[in-house]
Amino acid sequence: MEIFRIKHDIPFMSYGRLTTAISLVTFILAVFFLATKGLALGVDFTGGTVMEVSYPQSADLTKIRSAVDAIGLKEATVQNFGTSRDVMIRLPIKAGLSTAQLSEKVLGELHKQNNSVEMRRVEFVGPQVGRELYENGALALLLVCIGIVSYLALRFEWRFAVAAIIANMHDVVIILGFFAFFQWEFNLTVLAAVLAVLGYSVNESVVVFDRVRENFRKMRKAAVAEVINNAITRTMSRTVITHAMTQTMVCSMLFFGGEVLHNFALALTIGILFGIYSSVLVASPIAMWLGVSREHLIGGTEKKPTTADALP
Amino acid sequence: MNRYPLWKYLLILAALILGVLYSMPNIFGESPAVQISTAKNTSKLDPALLGEVETVLKQEKITYEALFLDASGVKVRFSSPDTQIRAKDVLQSKLGKDYVVALNLLSRSPVWLRSVGALPMYLGLDLRGGVHFLLQVDMKAALDKAAERYVGDFRTSLRKERIAYVGVTREGQTVQVRFSQTSDQAKAESIISKEFPDLTLKQADSGSEKLLIASLSLPAQKRIQEFALKQNIQTLHNRVNELGVAEPIIQQQGADRVVVQLPGVQDTAKAKEILGRTATLEIRMVDEEKSDPTTLQNAAKGQVPLGDEFYVERNGIPVLVKKSVVLTGDYITDAGPGLDQQSGGSVVHVNFDGRGARIFKQITHENVGKRMAILLVEKGQAEVITAPVIREEIGGGRVQISGMANVQEATDVALLLRAGALAAPMDIIEERTVGPSMGEENIKRGIHSTLLGFTAIAVFMMIYYMVFGAISVLALGINLLLLVAILSMLQATLTLPGLAAIALTLGMAIDANVLINERIREELRNGNTPQAAIHAGYDRAFDTIFDSNVTTLIAGLALFMFGTGPVKGFAVVHVLGIMTSMFSAILVSRAIVNLVYGYRRKVTKLVIG
Repeated sequence: MEIFRIKHDIPFMSYGRLTTAISLVTFILAVFFLATKGLALGVDFTGGTVMEVSYPQSADLTKIRSAVDAIGLKEATVQNFGTSRDVMIRLPIKAGLSTAQLSEKVLGELHKQNNSVEMRRVEFVGPQVGRELYENGALALLLVCIGIVSYLALRFEWRFAVAAIIANMHDVVIILGFFAFFQWEFNLTVLAAVLAVLGYSVNESVVVFDRVRENFRKMRKAAVAEVINNAITRTMSRTVITHAMTQTMVCSMLFFGGEVLHNFALALTIGILFGIYSSVLVASPIAMWLGVSREHLIGGTEKKPTTADALP
Repeated sequence: MNRYPLWKYLLILAALILGVLYSMPNIFGESPAVQISTAKNTSKLDPALLGEVETVLKQEKITYEALFLDASGVKVRFSSPDTQIRAKDVLQSKLGKDYVVALNLLSRSPVWLRSVGALPMYLGLDLRGGVHFLLQVDMKAALDKAAERYVGDFRTSLRKERIAYVGVTREGQTVQVRFSQTSDQAKAESIISKEFPDLTLKQADSGSEKLLIASLSLPAQKRIQEFALKQNIQTLHNRVNELGVAEPIIQQQGADRVVVQLPGVQDTAKAKEILGRTATLEIRMVDEEKSDPTTLQNAAKGQVPLGDEFYVERNGIPVLVKKSVVLTGDYITDAGPGLDQQSGGSVVHVNFDGRGARIFKQITHENVGKRMAILLVEKGQAEVITAPVIREEIGGGRVQISGMANVQEATDVALLLRAGALAAPMDIIEERTVGPSMGEENIKRGIHSTLLGFTAIAVFMMIYYMVFGAISVLALGINLLLLVAILSMLQATLTLPGLAAIALTLGMAIDANVLINERIREELRNGNTPQAAIHAGYDRAFDTIFDSNVTTLIAGLALFMFGTGPVKGFAVVHVLGIMTSMFSAILVSRAIVNLVYGYRRKVTKLVIG
């Protein structure tokens, strides 16, 4: 079976204007939502307490709310998640209250109401820890970018490195834009997904760039745009199938992985979808505009190959 | 062309055998178990205890799957959690409080597997349920406490040298001594600087009074903080033992934090209470005048003489101890086990600070021939650890407590002396608790989604690439096997994000095989012979696979370096997964292809869809 049997190269580079426009619009929209709505940061970053409790029957949210109110936690949010029997209670950080004991108090109060309540999960993060996790996350992001740029600059050329990292940051910003727009909770696990996407999506650019380098050797008379078009067309099949496979795994996590993995898989899904697009249609035009050429990649290493296609 | 040298096949075979061996314990799974270890070092872990446990269980007609003794204690495996809990209660009540009986999970794998060190993957708290605390040690309080001690020390030494001072006070972490005469100030400075070399002294003038301001030097501050942290960790260890946790983790994190992980603990309220408890050490004199047998007998019945308290020593000897405290554990700077140079018996060396040393010298001077009791006080409950006889005056602040039964006891007492109290208060700044049902559900969901995704990928690959697809799936399966084996071998903590990383790694690893298969197809289209196509396909794809994996590896390492908790768990598996997938996608799949096609005389067609 073969899905992609493309005879002629698709002139991707001539769509450059269009794809850049699309990218720019989505990017600006993402930045706009990030600026106006902001990320719905989870307790990991803001500090606070999250409790998950479950009941054998449908939970009575109003009763739970009144119980939490009775302790004097008016700012708490109580909501169902997953099923009607599972309840999530979020308690913000409150000055002057021993936060570590907070969850015990709430649980005690809920027990008084209904003995069958079961504690499923409690997460408490102090404000200081939250800030640190936030800073470390940002630092990790920065380090990944620097690492990838240096490696690609070393292996290929700085133009490719810059193009790849721009394409990738574009993916990351768009993921964040989605999380801001829908106000999905952004926690440590999602951050891990975002960083994984960064590494994953660079793969894409690397595969195309590798082909471009190879094509520069083989297609000695072709223009740069033609070389890139051929590289993208030749790797299309692989791109789509690989992503389909990864996405299959991610979908499996999205639908069957449960609450904790849900947002993780969501971030990966957006990252994978935009990763295909950006690595092909963003990274390559940028590399071209940055003026990538045959000499940059091959340089003086190969002076006069005897045949265009040196087979072993 | 498509043949590997023998050593490559052997290498792959060896990796496979190791992979199967070390991933096997995960298939056997884990059973609920009870682990019995000693609470005090005086009670021993030996075959006798094993027998005792066996008889207790037989008497109560509790059936068990296995019973054995290893370095960390007696372990009993049960078939259901109900029997496990019943057994725990029974054993705890029969064995008494000298033993810690804790709930645990034990591998069901056969003995021969255990003997080669093959263990199932170590599950994180989010998968097995339990509590994770991050505690912050209040270092300011530790330094304040140290400064507070100097206030008293200064008074004592200035009085001893007959230097007139107006007052000594603590201002934050500095100590201020006020004088009316400049000459006193100068004299005091020379004495204090000699006696307390850790301090930095500064003269000042507040108009009417001359001031001497002493502050702790940086190395001294650092030492005090390190000591506070070390002592708090020791104390936590002791306390966690009381909770009956099978595999607690108590570790330093950074300069002033402690991580406590208690797998399987559900009663977080109790855990928090015990961790936050403050215990103190007290030294008091034994009331020797009222130590005759009749008074002691009456005291045991409740008729305690005025000003005394009745205790039973650890070794069972009843004592009457005076209520007035002569010295507290605050003055101890260190304690450790040792051997008496003359008798060779086990002793405990205790170091007191300057002030403690002076007080100790004075008491011992006045009480030669009498007994002094060392008590551990917790929440108003005191226990006499030991009550040795004072043989002679002890100066210098270095004290040797003799009469220990053996090295074990000496270590134990030293630990208690050192770790009796928290050196500085601690706050819980992070807590993550996962209930047991949630943990089980997380495992189920994680494994389900991974297997489901794997199956979907396998079906597609086999339809799309036929034989080569099947080879890719086989390589992917071997990738999973090796990853699980390495995780089991390293005993790296597997968390739910870690499970997600396994799934994601598999989803990403297939990329390498897709690249190779696509390349082979392309080479075939270009009119190459099957053998040449295979060779060129693998050869050309290698660079791409390598580059893309290195970039992924960079992301993984950054995650590992800066990640905490769930992110770190993800990163570990991710990085290991990249390595195993490189191995399996390139070497293993090539080896299989070579075995299938490389040794045929004539290959006319490749079944690659």
